[in-house]
Amino acid sequence: MSILALPTGVGVVVGAPLSYWRTVAWRLSRDRATLVAGSLLLLVVLSAVLAPWISPHDPNAGSIRQRLAEVGAPSHVLGTDEQGRDMLSRLLWGGRMTLLAGLTPVLVAFVLGTVLGVSAGYAGGITNTLVMRTMDIFYAFPAVLLAIAISGALGPGLPNTLISLSIVFIPRVVRVAESATVQVKGLEYVAAARASGAGVWQILRHHLLANILGPVLVFASTQVSLSIILAAGLSFLGLGVTPPAAEWGLMLNTLRQSIYVNAVVPALPGLAIFVTSMAFNLVSDGLRDAMEIRA
Amino acid sequence: MWRYVGRRLVLAIPTLLGASIIVFAMVHLAPGDPIAAVLPVDASKEQVEAVKKAYGFDKPLPVQYLKWLGRVVTGDLGKSIATRRAVILDVRDSLANSLVLAISSSVLAFGAGIALGLLAAFWQGRWLDKLASAVAVVGVSVPHYWAGIILIIIFSVQLNWLPAMGAAADGGIVAYLRHMTLPTIALALIPLGVIARVVRSAALDILAQEFVLALRAKGLGHRRVFTHVVKNSAPQIITVLGLQFGFQLGGSVLVEAVFSWPGTGYLLNLAIFQRDIPVLQGVILVLATFFVLLNLLVDVLQTYIDPRIARH
Repeated sequence: MSILALPTGVGVVVGAPLSYWRTVAWRLSRDRATLVAGSLLLLVVLSAVLAPWISPHDPNAGSIRQRLAEVGAPSHVLGTDEQGRDMLSRLLWGGRMTLLAGLTPVLVAFVLGTVLGVSAGYAGGITNTLVMRTMDIFYAFPAVLLAIAISGALGPGLPNTLISLSIVFIPRVVRVAESATVQVKGLEYVAAARASGAGVWQILRHHLLANILGPVLVFASTQVSLSIILAAGLSFLGLGVTPPAAEWGLMLNTLRQSIYVNAVVPALPGLAIFVTSMAFNLVSDGLRDAMEIRA
Repeated sequence: MWRYVGRRLVLAIPTLLGASIIVFAMVHLAPGDPIAAVLPVDASKEQVEAVKKAYGFDKPLPVQYLKWLGRVVTGDLGKSIATRRAVILDVRDSLANSLVLAISSSVLAFGAGIALGLLAAFWQGRWLDKLASAVAVVGVSVPHYWAGIILIIIFSVQLNWLPAMGAAADGGIVAYLRHMTLPTIALALIPLGVIARVVRSAALDILAQEFVLALRAKGLGHRRVFTHVVKNSAPQIITVLGLQFGFQLGGSVLVEAVFSWPGTGYLLNLAIFQRDIPVLQGVILVLATFFVLLNLLVDVLQTYIDPRIARH
């Protein structure tokens, strides 16, 4: 199974052969599911980024007289929560927190994991064994358990969530980066580069990183949805962002008690997590297909 | 074959030791003094020293670790700070409930996932295939704690068919079954999606091979071809099933929290909020050991089915 494959079977009739990235872009432009999911994702990200300007109310200002208003209530399109705070505003602001808490660990893991994985793969020998066996230890725990265990020991708070989730995702990225590096390292053109006098840094930068960053990035993108579910899950357990901040998992937790009064509003934060995580999954699936990466 | 099993067993030991180091380190990850929870606020310096000595915190870390490991190996996981009960007893009681949930949700997910994946592969591109893809994407994207809440809203609050909380341990078997229905469904969603996806692609790989064409040319009916495909994709499917079962056992923390199901996840949740570090450590260590041994079992089973694997 090769990680790198040349784009083949593209139905272009006329003109010069397309470059790899143009082929990928062309394929993505024909993939309707990925385009829809991508637009949805853009919408979620934009509304989170623009929350301070577009949210109709102060997300933390409640009103005792307007608790748990139904969806469609006057001046509260998505109703209000158990403290009478506007749900739409809180969902918009909550998206900022959830996306931040979900994306940062994967980004950290992508950078650190690639550095560790490429170093281990390129160095080989005892360094490789040492790094990879250490990573194996983290595979002794299912992801959810590891995240909750570390967060539980560290205590609540956003920084601790970021630390525990980064620890969950680093070993995964290291494994992918290491195996890609070992595969590419054995290819003839690397030997050719070395024979023609290229130094270690040159080989690493131009021949290894250039070829493995794509697959590693795609792998990292497949982890974002899990990271978002876990980040919101930690807040749901009371281990993540602390109240009164708006965060989807935390909102789901505090609204849970109200399902006997209002059945729709408490389900909204979870729906937001679900839609976002599904959009990330569909986009990363489409990206993987378009880039012809088998993983 | 046996040499391979032996080698895998030996390889599992460093993993378990590493896991135990992580679990041991949790005491020191925790903010504040680990003995602060045991002592009254106005404890004198002598009392503090005495407690430190009693818990062995006055020794250097490696010594503390080895002593702790020595006790753990004999099944002594220490005492709960909150209840003063032996941790091993709490873990044992809750583990039974978690196992029940892991098994029931796995049976549901495996059965439905394998059926859906195989049907999708045989009717590739048709509506059943599209349904399977949709189920797979939803399964891996849905936050299962939210799915649990939705199930409660529908079946407990609106329809009033099934209970939302607890396990009804002394209410008889029917009450117990009724209590475990909703958490079982919530927990089955993720593996259902994963398994349907893997089974579909494994079956498609086999269906594309030449021997299937040969079987068809030989005149075998759909059903006979089907059994051949199932047999040949078994090793790959078993790997996924094993892994998923492990995830069910360790990953049920959130679902157990939603349903107040008295399993290991619920115990872990309690321990976190009471800052009961010995219980936290005990639960995680036991679950990690289960997980590692399960992975080992899967590897061995896989080699048994397909002996070629051992030679790699």
